[in-house]
Amino acid sequence: MIADVMAVVLLLAIAAYACAGGTDYGAGFWDLTAGGAERGRRPRRLIDHAMAPVWEVNNVWLIFVLVIMWTGFPVFFQRVFTAMWLPLALAAVGTVLRGAGFALRKPARRLAGRRLYGAVFAVASLLTPFFLGAAAGGVASGRVTAATRASTDAWANPTSVLFGLLAVAATASLGAVFLSADARRFAEPQLDGYFRRRALGALAAVAVLAVITLFVTHGDAPHTWHGLTHGAGLVFVVVSALATAATVWLLTRPSGAWSRVAAVGVVASAVIAWGLAQRPYLVPTSLTVAEGAGADTSLRWLGIVTLVALVLVVPAVAFLYWLDTHGELESLTDADLRRSGAGDQG
Amino acid sequence: MHTAALVLADAPAQLLPARSMMAFTLASHIILVPLGVALPLITLIMHGYGLRRGDPTALLLARRWSAVMAVQFAIGVVTGTVLSFEFGLLWPGMMGRWGDVFGIGFGVEAWAFFLEAVLIAIYLYGWRRLPARTHFLLGLPLPAAALLGAFGILAANSWMNTPRGFTLDQAGNPVDVDIWKAVFTPMFGPQYWHFVVAMLVTAGYVTAGVYAVGMLRGRRDRYHRLGFTVPFTLAAVFTPVQFMLGDSIARQVFQKQPVKFAAMEIVWKTDTHVPEYLFGRLHPDGSISGGIRIPQLDSVLAGFHTDTEVTGLTSVPAGDRPTPTQATIAHWTFDIMVGIGSGLALLALWYALIWLRRRRLPRTPWFYRCAAVAGVASVAAVECGWITTEVGRQPWIVYQNMRVAEAVTSTRAGSLWTTFALVVVVYVFVFGSFLAVLLRMRTRWRLDDAGGGPRPPAPETDTPYGPRSTVPADATPAGGGSAPPTGSRP
Repeated sequence: MIADVMAVVLLLAIAAYACAGGTDYGAGFWDLTAGGAERGRRPRRLIDHAMAPVWEVNNVWLIFVLVIMWTGFPVFFQRVFTAMWLPLALAAVGTVLRGAGFALRKPARRLAGRRLYGAVFAVASLLTPFFLGAAAGGVASGRVTAATRASTDAWANPTSVLFGLLAVAATASLGAVFLSADARRFAEPQLDGYFRRRALGALAAVAVLAVITLFVTHGDAPHTWHGLTHGAGLVFVVVSALATAATVWLLTRPSGAWSRVAAVGVVASAVIAWGLAQRPYLVPTSLTVAEGAGADTSLRWLGIVTLVALVLVVPAVAFLYWLDTHGELESLTDADLRRSGAGDQG
Repeated sequence: MHTAALVLADAPAQLLPARSMMAFTLASHIILVPLGVALPLITLIMHGYGLRRGDPTALLLARRWSAVMAVQFAIGVVTGTVLSFEFGLLWPGMMGRWGDVFGIGFGVEAWAFFLEAVLIAIYLYGWRRLPARTHFLLGLPLPAAALLGAFGILAANSWMNTPRGFTLDQAGNPVDVDIWKAVFTPMFGPQYWHFVVAMLVTAGYVTAGVYAVGMLRGRRDRYHRLGFTVPFTLAAVFTPVQFMLGDSIARQVFQKQPVKFAAMEIVWKTDTHVPEYLFGRLHPDGSISGGIRIPQLDSVLAGFHTDTEVTGLTSVPAGDRPTPTQATIAHWTFDIMVGIGSGLALLALWYALIWLRRRRLPRTPWFYRCAAVAGVASVAAVECGWITTEVGRQPWIVYQNMRVAEAVTSTRAGSLWTTFALVVVVYVFVFGSFLAVLLRMRTRWRLDDAGGGPRPPAPETDTPYGPRSTVPADATPAGGGSAPPTGSRP
């Protein structure tokens, strides 16, 4: 019972990371494709400006996912990290490069430095979600068994590759939708249109990939396919499809309001659909939730810790996003630092 | 890194690269931890002082430190994320069997960390627009969140040192998990307080060291004096506290992990009237070469009496204790840590005496030379303390319950070496850039202070807070501490 609850919590944490972290990765994707230093100057500036206050918070979700995995489902954690060794190792390296690239680009002044850190940030933004998606695909297709050793077969297979591509396309669409909203917030109508076009393109890619994935999983991941096309899984697939249509519709309207909510709906319900499709397994047909779960006491405490944290963290995060979207958060500038105190220097 | 030479003869080939990689990534991450845990507190003290006294210099320092804090926190997030990946990538055996017993600490840590990320974002980006008081108050919970995060990590590590809160079933798997016992293990209290104070002291000396260097170069203005005094005083006050805590934790190790204590003090045979060795090298036959031998002292330190019996390494089979090389490493790092701690205590005493007698900062350059070295030395002490506790625990990953060799991944050693090489390259890049960015920020600030930068007009010069309508929108393009105007990009 408690194991099922915590499995839902794990799924929601993954969905939260897919949405929050995904938006960040998407921004990196558009940073990568923004073109040369001159052509890409304005979109890049927007990306930097929009992401800066929230990107760290967005990426902390990943740590939760890992902690819930190893405390709540240690056997599952062990198997995933054994079988998916290479994609996860590459995702870890990608996380470092991405975070460092973004953090260090801000204070870098010279163009060469900004280019280097920017490229590192952007390429890592592309590779990290791909490898995380590939690992998820390996789980969905049941390739993570007790006997699986780290081998390419575990992640270089149709389902894994499609999950990886789907992850990249989903992050790109989230990133573009959020950036177009940010462009409106910062009164940059040109960039609004620029990112809306890109959001529509990315959503089209998501839709095409999703359809291909449904076909491929039919043979390659039969249990997950069955779950996606029946019952609760199907409901969320339908919700995801409707949210996609809604996002497209909202993006073509002049105001563009609510497009962010709809885009988050696309990704969150897709992740939830995948999780529900795997029921009652953590790894389809080889490890059920009950088998993979840790001690009941630990799960209960993990639940309590989660509840306490929700009470503390949700208001804090909501407050951060509120401050951010109301323009209350603005970075320190040279002018600020130079302003006072300089007078009494010797 | 340090354990590289310490493979057991029958160890799996993965052990050496896995250990090296873990040691390397942890040793790198730990450099950032003092700043992550204690810099927010130091910054807030300076900030509060600045607000209370209406001191623009203090506010300027607090703002600049918050910019450093931001870059440091960002790098800390990524190197910390790597560590959580490595638990699975390198030690799946430990996580699979024990994850549910000791993982809860990480649960607390993860949420605390989330809170910290939110608070840092608000604090960092709130300087310009939030009302002064609100901004300061929103920053105040930061140190508490940092302490909570440290709580989680130290709970996990102290559990690995003195594991409990479970019973083993027939197959040797843990059952009947008692989370309360697993979090509050015997070593938790000593380790936690020793760690927290170490972070305060280290961050204080590191920050003060920067200004000590400036003062040595003749910059004795108020900016430098204030930037030196606040963090140095904090560190100096806590140095004697740390001395007491360090002494207490050593005695706790003596009682709760006697074999580790034997390694730290290179005691071969269980005996009374045990001499203390300063440095020296333990050989496989139990003899000790080099070092300074002080008769009876180890027994006295362990139990306040020359008759105190100290457990020796040979009290357990060779396979269950650190090898002589590992013991020597733990011993050296322990001695270096204690040596640095003693030196810092003398420095704090020097500072206190001048302050009490003359009510001013010391003037001699030698004091500032020592203060400048104190920052680096305290980071070295942190590294040494960590090596002592990790190497002294060998060969156990979970003390007396699971060997490091049983926990290691089955991935081929070749892949591990390749990844390790990649990680080293990436870390050299990241840490090199981190240092370069800090140095460049310093240079830029110095140029600004020298009067180079154009002064923005009022009202900016009057109040640090409130809307900044006078700053053209173009001047704030990219976030972070100090991004360039877009014009600087050709």
